[in-house]
Formats: sequence, structure tokens, C-alpha cells
Amino acid sequence: MNLKTFPGGLHPPDSKQGSAGQAIETCPLPEELIIPMSQHIGAPAAPCVVVGDQVKKGQEIGAAKGFVSVPIHASTSGEVVAVEPRLHPMGKPLPAVVIKPDGEDRWDDSLKGADPSTLSVDELKDRIRAAGIVGMGGATFPAHVKLSPPAEKKIDTLLINGVECEPFLTADHRLMLEESERILDGIDILRKVLGIKRAIIGIEANKPDAIEKLTQEGAARDIAVQALEVKYPQGAEKQLIDAITDREVPSGTLPMEVGVVVQNVGTAAAVSDAIRLGHPLVERVATVTGPGVKTPKNLLVKIGTPLGFMVEQCGGLNGEPAKIIMGGPMMGQTQLSLDIPAIRGTSGLLIFRREDLPKRLEAGPCIRCGRCIGVCPIHLQPTTIAAYARLDMIDETEEYNALDCIECGCCTYTCPATLPLVQSIRHAKGGIMAKKRTI
Amino acid sequence: MLAAVLSLGGIGLVAAAALGVAAKKFAVEVDPREAAILEVLPGANCGACGLPGCSGYAKGVVEGKYAPNMCPPGGSDTVEKIAHIMGLEAIASEPRVAVVICQGDNRKASEKFRYLGLEDCNAAQKIADGPKTCPGGCLGLGTCERVCPFGAIEITPDGLAIISREKCTGCEKCVAVCPRQVIRMTPLEATTHVLCNSHDKGPLVRKYCQVGCIGCTLCKKNAPEAYKIEKFLAEVIYEHHDKAADVLEKCPTKCIRDFSTGYPEGSSFPPPTVPVKPIQVD
Repeated sequence: MNLKTFPGGLHPPDSKQGSAGQAIETCPLPEELIIPMSQHIGAPAAPCVVVGDQVKKGQEIGAAKGFVSVPIHASTSGEVVAVEPRLHPMGKPLPAVVIKPDGEDRWDDSLKGADPSTLSVDELKDRIRAAGIVGMGGATFPAHVKLSPPAEKKIDTLLINGVECEPFLTADHRLMLEESERILDGIDILRKVLGIKRAIIGIEANKPDAIEKLTQEGAARDIAVQALEVKYPQGAEKQLIDAITDREVPSGTLPMEVGVVVQNVGTAAAVSDAIRLGHPLVERVATVTGPGVKTPKNLLVKIGTPLGFMVEQCGGLNGEPAKIIMGGPMMGQTQLSLDIPAIRGTSGLLIFRREDLPKRLEAGPCIRCGRCIGVCPIHLQPTTIAAYARLDMIDETEEYNALDCIECGCCTYTCPATLPLVQSIRHAKGGIMAKKRTI
Repeated sequence: MLAAVLSLGGIGLVAAAALGVAAKKFAVEVDPREAAILEVLPGANCGACGLPGCSGYAKGVVEGKYAPNMCPPGGSDTVEKIAHIMGLEAIASEPRVAVVICQGDNRKASEKFRYLGLEDCNAAQKIADGPKTCPGGCLGLGTCERVCPFGAIEITPDGLAIISREKCTGCEKCVAVCPRQVIRMTPLEATTHVLCNSHDKGPLVRKYCQVGCIGCTLCKKNAPEAYKIEKFLAEVIYEHHDKAADVLEKCPTKCIRDFSTGYPEGSSFPPPTVPVKPIQVD
């Protein structure tokens, strides 16, 4: 097989065997759904229901504020019992709508599906926006924004990201195996919105079953599949573009600069639901795994389901949890508690016990081994930027292109001195952005 | 030989004459007062005056753009000298020192999570609003210590910032850099302070800190003119600071401290002498 890839990166143990063979299971309704108003990049939605309101599944409960923002919907039918700040995956209490399900899980009757061929491009885009569709890979960038490039940017390629390069996660893998029809239908709709023919699905070579299935089914619709070398971060947007199209996205620009739009396989499936069925984004597939979980599974969860409830569906905790991560182990966010709800970007939930964690030594001095530079997929000098960041020399970090860092975590992973390189660079990026705002 | 001497000497003469003319013609007038002011300024280039360095401030004073009392590190002494150079009347500013209003080090205050990242308070604060459970407590990662141009701040072994009342010049650099606003400017003569920065209700404060203010109002009841309570947090009314020390024993969590009796636990600074600096009246 002809495998493509990008320069740099590394090979963390993929640890996917625990959940890769588990078919997607529907997670039952919890007692309470906590639906945060901030689940996407951009302005948080504004709650548009009050305590005591009866809501239907799919009804808008948070209105979008601005173009780079999407509405939030009720994940099931029931009563609004609170509109208040609740602990958010970001680690602090943020506004949320809490729904007590009535158990009927009834869709809002006003939601109507349509045949995409009867809709205009603008109508399609509007439905995608109204359905609250965001990038399901974890970054949660509003999909309609990516689908609305300025007129001067000519798009010629749609890349569909089925790479799932983060260790442990298998949600996209299962989705490709079980819901390929919805994914391919979503790709058709996305092609129509962008007005292009060329669509390529990128999949890492460690998922041969998914590659085979989508290659066969995609051929009829003129959708190609590209097998990719197993390497992290192969699923990062710019690395995927480099690997498949051989185009380099210039520093400080978006993929549209080189004529490419990238969407996750989960996003494509959600687009299909939004158009054909009229269903907004109220559930997603998430992998619940890690040594701290009894039986790892891939769950179809309603947005707002508390993480602890998801763990219960997987046989419960296996020992005392010491680290809870939402997302993958490389880029995911550590969580403070299992009371935090799953959101649109929750691709996985990983639980580790103390004995599974590395016995971390104190961060030592940089020994100038250069491993971080070797693995950086952007060709930055992480150690240099981090050293400047520690000294708050923000101008120097900008000269070393700190803003181009995609925070993939390769440098921190490989650092023998266990230096917090990504965090230092992120600190520098914050400083650069703050400086730009004041000028 | 002769030709070489003459030609080189000639070039030398011409160049010297040109330089002489240029020096006269393009001479930059430097006000001697500017140099004199620069001489009396502390020279730390700390930026407390709001300008990039001491020379910028000196220039501004001479140009009449700035008052002579804008250098807190210099204190009243420097104000007087600058005023003398400029022939102005001195208006001394009240000497102020920075105080960390928290005593909750790693042993006394609880943590939300174990932080293993960059040793920088601003970086730590970006992760779930900082590892300390208390939303206002000192993180103790030393960002203020590193920014202090006068070496007036130390971090105790248990992770609490403490500011020396003798070394602090009131430049406010630490105040600007602290992500939790736990450093306050206070009059130097006031030695009693409420060392807590949490506006949470009492029972909640008790859960995460042994030495936090629980808003019990006992201090205000016993010395009504010296204390006020705002959102479950006591504060000294500094106009009446002399009465504040009377109620130290009454405070159930001992979050009120009189610095004349010493610094919080873990500090290596010797107890400040009282009064710490002679208070000058101009």
C-alpha cells in the first residue's frame, strides 16, 4: 500500500486494542443533562430558555452570538431545572442549561429533513449552522465558517479526516465501520456546498477494515481514500494537507489558502443528519477507555451526559482514578471531576490510575539533545521558544514563530528532561496575542 | 616619505577641521539638570513612573512634563532632591509598600489539582483558574519574585510570596504581574493587615483554607472604625490603621496580622523594625 505522511512526528503506543473491537453502544439517559453554552471555538451561545420550560429534543436552548458561533440544542426532551454556571471541561464554572429528562426523548416536531438536491448552497449552509455543527475531531470549530471561504480563495479539495492519530481513541474508527453511509452522504453534501468534485478521506494504516470499507463504498460516489502512515500527529489539519496534497499551508494562514477544506468524519455524518433528518448536533460517539475503566466502550452519548455516568455504562471504575482526560492523551484536557458533562468536542474519556502514570521526575534542565526539534511537525525549535517564554521574552518567542505551534504535544512527549514545553509555548502565544491586542 | 607625511597630515588636518565645525554646528544642548536628576534617581529602570527608564523620566521632568514625585522607589528623599534641582516645592508622596494579602501556603490551603507545569503564576492561572482551590490565594510560583527589581520578594518553602517592608520601594511591578490580584499597595505606616483575598462565604473558606477570613465580623464589632466587611471579607480602613491591631486576638482564624511582630510563617526576613522608615513631613 502506498502510504503518505508528513515530516516529523512520533509513534506513541497506540493502545487502541481495548475499545477498537467494541461496536458503538447507545448510552442511556442520565438523571440530569448539563449542557454548557460554550462548546465551540468562538463566542459562547446565550441561553434562551428559563427554569421551568419544557423542551423537546433538538430545540434551541442557546442562541448563537455572532458569525463564529453556533446555537446549542436540548439533547433530549424534558424540563429545564437550572440555568446557571456549572463546572465546564475548561476547569471552571461556565453558563449551562440543566435539563431533567422526561424519559420520552421526543424530537421537536418543527425539525424537518429535506433532500439535499432540492436545497440551494445558502440553504444548506444555513441548515448546517442552525444545527450547531462544529468540528467533531475535538477542536470544535464551527463548520459553517470553514464552508464559507471568501470569494477570492478558490477551494478545489475537500479532505475528510478519519485519521484518529491520538492513542486510545477509536470513536471515529467505529463510526467509519458502522456509519459509512452517513459519512459518505455528508461528504456529498459538503462537496455540493463547496461546489467541488475532489474529496479524499485520509485514514491511518492501522485501520485496514475502515480503509477497505470506505474505498469500496466511496468508489461509486467518486470519493477516494488515502491510506496514511501511522504517526502522530497525522490527523492535525495542516499535517494531513501536507501528507495528502503535498501543499504547505503558509505560516499564519488557514487551509483555504492552499485551496483545501478539512472536515472530520464525525462532522460529515452530523452534516448528513442535519440536512436529511433536520436533526441538530445533540449526540456524538465518544471512546471511554483507559486502565481505570472496567470495560472500555465506544458510546453514543447525548451532549451534557456527566462523565461519571458514561463510566458507569462501561462497568464502572477500575480502581481509584488519578487522572481523567477528555479527548486523547496527547492533546486532551485533564478534568477536575467526573461530574463534568460531555460536550460536542468530547471524542474520548480516558481514566488512569496512579500506577499507570509515569513516575515523573522533577523537570530537569534542557540537555540540548534536540529531540523536540526533530519531532516538531512544524519545524519549530520548541526548547528555544520555551526558554524565552520562561523569561517572558515575548518578542523573541514571536521571532521564533511561536504562533505557528499547533500544540500537538510531540515535544513534551519526547523531552527526556520532562520540561513543560507545550505549556511554555502556549504561555508565549498568550503573551503575543495580548501584545497584539494592546497595539 | 615627505609626500606621505604631508598627505596624511593634510588629511588629518582637514578631517579635524570638519569635525570641529560639525561639533559646533550640530551640538545637542543637554540640560545639565537632566544629568543631575539622573544622578539622584535610583537607576533601577524599574518603570514605576510609567516610563521605560530613569533617563526618560529625568528628561520629562526637565521638560516640565512630569512632577518630581513620580518615583516611588526613590522615596521622599529623591523627590526633595529633584524638586531642589528644578527649583520647585516638594510635594512628598506618602510612602507605600506592597503586601501579599494571603497566608495560605501549601500546608494551610488546599489544592484543586496537582500542578506540574511551568513555574509561573500566569501560566498556572490559565489552567482551570490555577491549582489553588481558593480563587484569590497566592499561587506561590514566584512570578512576582522574578519581576521585583529590588529583591524584596521571597517565596517560602511552602509556596507563599512575602514582601520585605524594608526593601520594597512601592514600584508596583509585582501588583501588575500578579494574576490573582493578591498583592495590594498599602501605607507603609500601617502594619496591620487582613491577609486574605477570598470573597467566598465562611463555610466554603473553611473547607479550603485554615487561615482565611470567614467574614465573621468580630474585628468590625470590636474596632468598628478600623475595619469594614465587603462580600464576606474584612479589610482594614487605613485612615484608622492605628486601631486595627487591637483586635488581633479576636480573629478566630488569625488572618489579621501585625507585621511589626514579624512576617508570616516560613519567611526568612527578620521582623521589621518599627517604624520601618522615618516618616518625613515636608
